[in-house]
Amino acid sequence: MASLRNITKTLFLTELLAGLRLTLRNLFKRKVTVHYPEEKAPQSPRFRGLHALRRYPNGEERCIACKLCEAVCPALAITIESDVGENGLRRTTRYDIDLFKCIYCGFCEEACPVDSIVETRIHEYHMENPGENIMTKEKLLAIGDKYEAMIASDKAADASYR
Amino acid sequence: MIEAWLGLPVGLQQTLIVVLQVLGIVVPLILTVAYLTLAERKVIGWIQNRVGPNRVGPKGLLQPFADVLKLLIKEIVIPAKSSRFLFVIAPLLAIVPAFATWAVIPVSPEFVLADINAGVLYVLALTSMGVYGIILAGWASNSKYALLGAMRSAAQIVAYEIAMGFALVGVLMASGSLNLGAIVRAQEGSVAHWFWLPLLPLFVVYFISGVAETNRAPFDVAEGESEIVAGFHVEYSGMAFAVFFLAEYANMVLISALAAIFFFGGWLSPFQGLPLLNDTFLAAPSFFWFAMKTAFFLFCFLWFRATFPRYRYDQIMRLGWKVFIPVTLVWLFVEGLMIWFDFGPWFN
Repeated sequence: MASLRNITKTLFLTELLAGLRLTLRNLFKRKVTVHYPEEKAPQSPRFRGLHALRRYPNGEERCIACKLCEAVCPALAITIESDVGENGLRRTTRYDIDLFKCIYCGFCEEACPVDSIVETRIHEYHMENPGENIMTKEKLLAIGDKYEAMIASDKAADASYR
Repeated sequence: MIEAWLGLPVGLQQTLIVVLQVLGIVVPLILTVAYLTLAERKVIGWIQNRVGPNRVGPKGLLQPFADVLKLLIKEIVIPAKSSRFLFVIAPLLAIVPAFATWAVIPVSPEFVLADINAGVLYVLALTSMGVYGIILAGWASNSKYALLGAMRSAAQIVAYEIAMGFALVGVLMASGSLNLGAIVRAQEGSVAHWFWLPLLPLFVVYFISGVAETNRAPFDVAEGESEIVAGFHVEYSGMAFAVFFLAEYANMVLISALAAIFFFGGWLSPFQGLPLLNDTFLAAPSFFWFAMKTAFFLFCFLWFRATFPRYRYDQIMRLGWKVFIPVTLVWLFVEGLMIWFDFGPWFN
């Protein structure tokens, strides 16, 4: 009896037709595509994108060259050299992040005792020439200056969970 | 203008007219193929809840031309150890039969390029020719993947050609003619008079065999990109690849058109014979209905591709030899009985 049912099932292609019905239903369903340059998917304030170095409101660099980020970096992407700055404080003379090595884990941001190095939400960037993958101190500070408002609001949004 | 035309020798005039008619078939066919590639990506995208290509031109309508342009400016690489002559000629052997078959296809009650008596025979002969292009491409490439793809394709086409031929024997028995126009005219009456109803098993066998003949999913073991890279055309690039692509899609259009002609009344209107509508323009036979039926079967090709996973090779062989051929033989016998007893509205 069961084999007879199997044979009729095969002969009348019932399972194939069921599959066709399913795909036909999907043909008319609403499409889920996000039309990227015009539309963008929502982003979390915790998004880990391009790095930035921040300053205090008075313009002082936050970074104190403690090198915790360099030590914690699992990809060894950060290189720091330090010296005594003009006002007698410890400051970095070199702060390089190699974006090709970086795995965007966010450990540097977690390790930083002064909230200096952060990962912003910027993710639409590219490099055109060799060497542009090295983010120097100047470039990182420039990004921090430009996007300070966004960085501060993201930090505030996340503060209550820490 | 007219004087210049009349001044030409009669033979030349006829040649020119035929050349124009050929262009009138081939150019729309190439455009159909171009937009079929777009339709395929769109339909499969929709089925997968995506939107498909929509960037080139309004709603992505210029996408086929962008694709062709890309293929045109790419380099045609000829492998050093290939058989040069056969390697170059194989794409032509694939595409020529796909286009040449259209000579006997009656696209409307008035227009058919060559109204020959043995139309079905011509169609069968030419669709079988297409496999030579694939086999030669696989062999001439001197690549194991290409050769495997070609072998699979050859075995598959041989197996399914028999079932397809038997299915068409049923059509010949029902219509009593080998001429494609006569086959369509034999189905005149109403939707119920078309051959799909008395020959339903043969239609199913014919269409599935047609999918297998054109090496389309779920019978695309000849390409089998997850097993043998791209199969027979793995060594082809640029325009040479595009010609294979064109041939495959032209064959799809052909199989769909033939399905419409053999089983769904070709250019006949589905509203024919209905009360009320019988005298309106909707019931008139025209090219429009032929195109609509062909388009529906083409949609089925895309629909199948988006639905079914690829058959295993031995399953394909089992289906072809042990299922389709017996089914067609049995139904030919049943049909013979129906004709003998003047059964239904079809055979009296």
